[in-house]
Amino acid sequence: MTDRFHLDAVPIRLESCGKTFPGGSRALEPLDLTIRGGETIVFLGPSGCGKTTTLRMIAGLESPDPGGRVWFGEEDVTALPIERRNVGMVFQSYALFPNMSVAENVAYGLKVRRVERADRERRVEEMLDLMHLGAFAGRRVDQLSGGQRQRVALARALVVRPRVLLLDEPLTALDAKLRDSLRLDIDRLLRGLGVTAVYVTHDQGEAMALGDRIVVMAKGRVAQIGTPRDIYHRPTDGFVADFIGAMNRVSGQAQSGALRLGRGAFPWSGPDGPVELLIRPEDIALAAEGEEDTHLDGLVAAAVFLGDRTRLVVETGDGPPLTVDAASRSGLARGDRVGLRLDPSRLLNLPQP
Amino acid sequence: MSVTARLDPQSRDSLRLAALLAPTAALFAAFFLLPLARLFVIGGGGDEGWAVYATILTNRNHLDSLIATLLLSAGVTAVTLAVSTVAGLFLVRHRFPGHAILVAMLTFPLAFPGVVIGFMVIMMAGRQGLIGAITQALTGSKLVFAYSMTGLFLGYVYFSIPRVILTVMAAAEKLAPRLEEAARSLGASPWRVVADVILPALKPALLSAGAIAFATSMGAFGTAFTLATRINVLPMTIYTEFTLQANIATAAALSFLLGLITWAALALARSFAGSSVAAAG
Ligand SMILES: Nc1ncnc2c1ncn2[C@@H]1O[C@H](COP(=O)(O)OP(=O)(O)OP(=O)(O)O)[C@@H](O)[C@H]1O
Ligand SMILES: [Mg+2]
Repeated sequence: MTDRFHLDAVPIRLESCGKTFPGGSRALEPLDLTIRGGETIVFLGPSGCGKTTTLRMIAGLESPDPGGRVWFGEEDVTALPIERRNVGMVFQSYALFPNMSVAENVAYGLKVRRVERADRERRVEEMLDLMHLGAFAGRRVDQLSGGQRQRVALARALVVRPRVLLLDEPLTALDAKLRDSLRLDIDRLLRGLGVTAVYVTHDQGEAMALGDRIVVMAKGRVAQIGTPRDIYHRPTDGFVADFIGAMNRVSGQAQSGALRLGRGAFPWSGPDGPVELLIRPEDIALAAEGEEDTHLDGLVAAAVFLGDRTRLVVETGDGPPLTVDAASRSGLARGDRVGLRLDPSRLLNLPQP
Repeated sequence: MSVTARLDPQSRDSLRLAALLAPTAALFAAFFLLPLARLFVIGGGGDEGWAVYATILTNRNHLDSLIATLLLSAGVTAVTLAVSTVAGLFLVRHRFPGHAILVAMLTFPLAFPGVVIGFMVIMMAGRQGLIGAITQALTGSKLVFAYSMTGLFLGYVYFSIPRVILTVMAAAEKLAPRLEEAARSLGASPWRVVADVILPALKPALLSAGAIAFATSMGAFGTAFTLATRINVLPMTIYTEFTLQANIATAAALSFLLGLITWAALALARSFAGSSVAAAG
């Protein structure tokens, strides 16, 4: 079904696009970014880091500071207002027209484009079917659930075959269960349509699941761009490492080519002195206290049962407590003593933010 | 044990509802139903009897006056809505030095009695007025329109703008910017955004503000009285019938008619506004 809707995959390029708002606040440092045609790129970062501002510059709702350029393929669209850029937008607040029915909402862009009535009705119907909204065509939008509303908003944005689909936290207003199912729908839709999509979120789970690549942003600049795996396994700085997933900090002492960490010693090429290293919970193995090959001993300070696993907080008496995952049926509880074995190949040594 | 305690829950609810409605019902009866009924009876109690209601509608003078009043009020409502919507939207969307003072000044006429409004129209467009002086200097002939329907029209528009502008501004503050952005992303030009998003969202406010402007123009008297003589609007006709000709039954019948028509117009607007409010959800 989605084949028929296949959209052009237009690449997008931002060229030193900064944004200073009147009043002097610098929302975005000059940014260079290339989004490949057909790619889903996710802007991820804490509140106020400039995700929405960047999205709105691509949309044409904000213009970049002088010197910045926005390219859609070979076309410089910097001076084009949004209504002439042919972009699809989906907002957190749905932004459906309250004075129109579901079908009228979806038909709106086609009507503005003066698509002939018969053609228009056919395309609206196809799009409603694609989004499983066929039964709601005649409904008023205030009679729909949040998830249905957001599907209408998606249908409305896609039916005009936009050059790029821009989504600003489309799932944030929904409850957890609905969020998951609609996220799967969106994922399937974006792959099927082959449209270039920019997706803004502050939810790393969403970013990991949807993004071909993720742009991690912090304080108006890009911290890292990469695939979800890159970002998770090879963060380039401490901010990204801490922001994505859980991360532990352990400190060791480097001396003449070896790093001493607890009872263990690893080969080390850096200069001598104290070193702070990062390691993910899943790269720390649990063992009995004092067992051979373990590096640290600790006391379980908290155990949170998560169903598929139990997340432990372990005090080692040296530095901040460590987060470690135990198997679901391990039975470890608060007050137990454990030994920890760190995977040396997974230790990260990053510049601190 | 109170009486209500022994009733089943449903009748207790209706009893409570009736109790809550009582003050409104009393007010409605005291200030609307009773006076109107009384007017209606007085109207029918003259020499002509109930035939007076047929007579006022066939009397050339009364009918003209009724039509003139309706046209005037409709025109005032339309022009006021147009001017106030544009100005109100502009004032909500643009901040500039002196913004607050300008808004305060625009609401000024609210405090004036009709006589003062009439006086201001005379100062502007009367025999010694500003427009007269300017046209005299420019063309040699003096333009005077204060004492005509045009003068009254201007006065009423001036008088109606504040209420409508305040209502429009309150509604415009609540417009969702994302809705306009969504429309624009779909290719809508600024004019289409106005027609498809802004006006539908303002519709309930425009309908109720328009209804108030209409009703006020239907019943306003002070301004017409000040500009006087050649203006034949219904409140003036009622005044003439009542004080100058002591034709109390006719005056009462005309008043009843004025009340009825205005009420009908307001009810119509309200039902329109009601349905669009429901649709806007
Ligand atoms: N119209 C504006 N005028 C002035 N400052 C603004 C404006 N819009 C955004 N900003 C500022 O620019 C910065 C970036 O805002 P932006 O909306 O892009 O953040 P965001 O990453 O989308 O955050 P969130 O996750 O909270 O939506 C913020 O500091 C914000 O206060
Ligand atoms: Mg945002």
